[in-house]
Amino acid sequence: MILESKAPKGDIQTAWDRHKFDVKMVNPANKRKYTVIVVGTGLAGASAAASLGELGYNVLNFAFQDSARRAHSIAAQGGINAAKNYQGDGDSIYRLFYDTVKGGDFRAREENVYRLAQVSVNIIDQAVAQGVPFAREYGGLLANRSFGGALVSRTFYAQGQTGQQLLIGAYQALMRQVNDGKVKLFTRTEMLDLVIQDGHARGIITRNLVSGKVERWVADAVVLATGGYSNVFFLSTNAMGCNVTSTWRAARRGALFANPCYTQIHPTCIPVSGGYQSKLTLMSESLRNDGRVWAPKNPADGWDSSKGKVGKDPRQIPEAERDYFLERRYPTFGNLVPRDVASRAAKKACDDGQGIAYEGRGVYLDFGDAIQRLGKDAVGERYGNLFEMYERITGDSPYETPMRIYPAPHYTMGGLWVDYNLQSNVPGLFVIGEANFSDHGANRLGASALMQGLSDGYFVLPYTIGHYLAQVGPRGKSTEWDSFKQVEGEVTERTDKLMSIKGKRSVDSFHRELGLLMWEHCGMARNAKGLSLLLQEIPRIRAEFWENVSVPGTPGELNQVLERAGRVADFLEFAEMMALDALEREESCGGHFREEHQSAEGEAERDDEKFQYVAAWEFKGVGVRPELHKEALDFRYVKPSKRSYK
Amino acid sequence: MSWFMRFARSTIGMKVAMAISGLLLFGFVIGHMLGNLQVYIGPSALNHYGAALQGNQGLLWVVRLGLLAILFTHVGSSVALVLRAKAARPQGYRKWQGKVSTYASRTMRVSGPILLLFIIFHLLHLTVGTVHPDLQHCATQATGDLQCFVYQNVDAAFSLDTAGTTMAVQLGIVAFYLVAMLLLGMHLGHGAYSMFRTLGLNSPRYDKVARAFATAVAVLIVVGNCSIPLAVATGLVGAAGGH
Amino acid sequence: MNLTLHVWRQKGPNDPGRFETYPATGISEHMSFLEMLDTVNEKLEAEGKEPIVFEHDCREGICGCCGFMIDGKAHGGQHKTTVCQLHMRSFKDGDELTLEPWRAQAFPVIKDLMVDRSAFDRIIQSGGYVSVRSGSPQDANAILIGKEVADRAFDAAACIGCGACVASCPNAAAMLFTGAKITHLGVLPQGAPERFRRVQAMTTQMDMEGFGYCTNHGECSAYCPKGISLDVIARMNQDLLLAQVVTRDEVRREGGE
Repeated sequence: MILESKAPKGDIQTAWDRHKFDVKMVNPANKRKYTVIVVGTGLAGASAAASLGELGYNVLNFAFQDSARRAHSIAAQGGINAAKNYQGDGDSIYRLFYDTVKGGDFRAREENVYRLAQVSVNIIDQAVAQGVPFAREYGGLLANRSFGGALVSRTFYAQGQTGQQLLIGAYQALMRQVNDGKVKLFTRTEMLDLVIQDGHARGIITRNLVSGKVERWVADAVVLATGGYSNVFFLSTNAMGCNVTSTWRAARRGALFANPCYTQIHPTCIPVSGGYQSKLTLMSESLRNDGRVWAPKNPADGWDSSKGKVGKDPRQIPEAERDYFLERRYPTFGNLVPRDVASRAAKKACDDGQGIAYEGRGVYLDFGDAIQRLGKDAVGERYGNLFEMYERITGDSPYETPMRIYPAPHYTMGGLWVDYNLQSNVPGLFVIGEANFSDHGANRLGASALMQGLSDGYFVLPYTIGHYLAQVGPRGKSTEWDSFKQVEGEVTERTDKLMSIKGKRSVDSFHRELGLLMWEHCGMARNAKGLSLLLQEIPRIRAEFWENVSVPGTPGELNQVLERAGRVADFLEFAEMMALDALEREESCGGHFREEHQSAEGEAERDDEKFQYVAAWEFKGVGVRPELHKEALDFRYVKPSKRSYK
Repeated sequence: MSWFMRFARSTIGMKVAMAISGLLLFGFVIGHMLGNLQVYIGPSALNHYGAALQGNQGLLWVVRLGLLAILFTHVGSSVALVLRAKAARPQGYRKWQGKVSTYASRTMRVSGPILLLFIIFHLLHLTVGTVHPDLQHCATQATGDLQCFVYQNVDAAFSLDTAGTTMAVQLGIVAFYLVAMLLLGMHLGHGAYSMFRTLGLNSPRYDKVARAFATAVAVLIVVGNCSIPLAVATGLVGAAGGH
Repeated sequence: MNLTLHVWRQKGPNDPGRFETYPATGISEHMSFLEMLDTVNEKLEAEGKEPIVFEHDCREGICGCCGFMIDGKAHGGQHKTTVCQLHMRSFKDGDELTLEPWRAQAFPVIKDLMVDRSAFDRIIQSGGYVSVRSGSPQDANAILIGKEVADRAFDAAACIGCGACVASCPNAAAMLFTGAKITHLGVLPQGAPERFRRVQAMTTQMDMEGFGYCTNHGECSAYCPKGISLDVIARMNQDLLLAQVVTRDEVRREGGE
């Protein structure tokens, strides 16, 4: 299979404008003849569904939550980047483009990234017009901050709830279309499979989560906006319901899954406190602006698992016995090194026995100096709400004692392969937001996830989907096609199988077992031995799952265990592809760190000669090795260079 | 349906009707109290005041009917809203704990009906005289002047040794007045504060002031109104004060 | 620590429902309330019994999915805390807790502690937005908005739509929720053109959904996990009153009177 990016050739700065002119247009009177399915109501899904409705298409929009306002985009704290250069500090579209390509460790498609940077400015205009209450200065202008080590202040924010405010903006736009009848919204409805007719994506099969009813939906195109797969690690900062099912089901039907091993680990999360832990909570990265990361030099002062607490109260540990390992290893950037570097350094300290939280997994983030230097009030002004959140969860006040932090998975750069039009290799199947692989390469910059979701949904997909629809023209639609009957049959069969096992182990116990293994061997640092082990272990867990999982209740009612079981079953298949991708990519790049490929000082070493490509995997059957297809990456503007934060 | 009826039948519309009627009744209560406090000046002042009111029967009845309509609006909208609240939560909680609501706010639906009963009793007591031991209605004198006996009526109403009744009954009446006035105070205290919010007249800046003002006026009304039956019952005002 | 839970169990909207008692044993003080329920559920599952159904997703207090009454207090009553962020260190060994779903006519119970809050979505559908198309609006800085106004809009916009206001209101009113959206959009210049149309449409829809009305108890705001101020209700009342004076066209909702 030849993977064509379909990106416009020639000058990158005019590429998107030229492309918009070149694409085929749907006659306005014909738009109502088309139906588009949008799965997901996060930033990408809601913005796409609303925009398509505004254009006149009939939209069927699905969400597994009880309302379109619940999607996990809502939890993004920090902000959204845009090359507005409102601060006059030298920002530009080109600079955002450059930073994103470089930050992605040269594993993203340049044309996509340039378009993202271009469209970023429209997103802010759009959001403000919708009434998104971004932070303002007293004079009434929009405020900005610098985020994630960027050299310019280009991040727009709404306190620590930027994702929430942007999502509510998109949700309101969506609700307006629902009121106008252009979008039909189906909440508490989960997509369980994709239907392909004559080689084109034409519909989906869903399960109504309240009644258990399995239903068929036919359309002219299907858009997946179903988010990322961080929950393959069981513990992540993702919401409990986040899953890989929609994208994995599409992959099973022939869509290529690209770069599944690119996952991002966020360094400042609250550590696990016990085996019962259900999810992790992220604390904004901005904490590292004033907090100092350290671990005790003497392992005896760290976690003592026999006592279930630390050997010594951190406040009693004298300065000389503290290891400020980020400042020591990276004198220039210190505590502000990028996410992946900070995460790995914390892991290393814990591997060396210096950890200070449950099972030795955690390091201190200390505001003692900042409080001395700036005063308690000034620190409270900057981080007060974060400190409150930390205290609510842990019971400790960061004003009194150092915070405990540990890295946690929170975003996945990999996803279904898409071309410049955001269309997968299956015609009529479009993938947007975190669910696709396109714009971040091997690592995502802070405050860029919101930007990409909204860019895809408001400004890219509404144009590019028209190109496809105009080409295929209005077509007949029927849920009575054999393709629907067959796929629905398979969905029902699978559900019945899950219900009939009646085993002894809970769904979560399998998920936890898989997650711990993935975190251990395919998390912050990976090596051939661990990954090979994973490739043996995952099929074993999967086999046991299908023999011994317990799903009480019936399928014809609200059954939360059944919902989880279906998702975990998909994770158990997907994880294998992810581990294989990590094993095959014998280099370190961005969020993917192979221990075999590091410099003497422990820094990541990329191998551009061999691995400057997108790895797009084709599903060939459960337990069968997927086939690798490569899309070569060409860097015409930003020449690959080595990242260094020494 | 006209826009007005639609607004009037909306929950906020009904609340506005309740707030405005409540405001008017609040005004009446204050005026009524100020009039009554003339009892402390002496019999002639109070009786002249009574005569002045009774002297213009036309205006008096307009005011009375107006008050009745206002009261009807107030009670009617509250009944409609209480039914609505019942319908909004057909199944209650086994447990429910308030955090900030006051006793006054939670008992509006209890204090309201009791006050309505009190108003009826009060009218029968000191206006119609059905339950009064010896009510003297105003009478036109030979001079053509209207002579009223408000002071004497009040005296008889609350004195503990009035002829034609027993001390126990009189004590009961005084107690009922006192309880009703306390409830009125609570009702007005929350009502006045609530009225500001319902009409959207509040602002965070003077929210505390509004609340304090509402409370202060409510306290003054309780003190002023309670003082009269107490003063009469204890003999500070009345026969001893000189017929 | 060990606790006793009296939990409302209801198979579906037509089941009358009942309280059932479950022990929660070996609970760590570091668990969140929902993790405590996870533990109870894992035991139920192991016994082949149906686990207690409750809604949850992000578990960091922002998605608005979770929420039920703990001993008659919405979200358990801790200041500005959703039940997913409530931790067991607020309880003590031997506590007996009563868990009930939000109760309101407009929030029918789906199962156990899970209720249907789609009425909130319909209130937003009726007008809780600025009518602007995706495309090219003017530059974001073209309209200046003072910090105080932006902050006020944000404070109202922080609502997570969890329903605790309705649940804790003695009248089951949705006025804090509706007022929050009306305030958020109404104070901003972008929302000004539709201000009066919006308040009429949204309050009509709110009534149609069968919510109660406000008697200014203030419980909604006190139990609101985002601390939305009661002032948003006054603002809504004010806007609706003004709308009666200044609007020329009637705003109706289908099905409304």
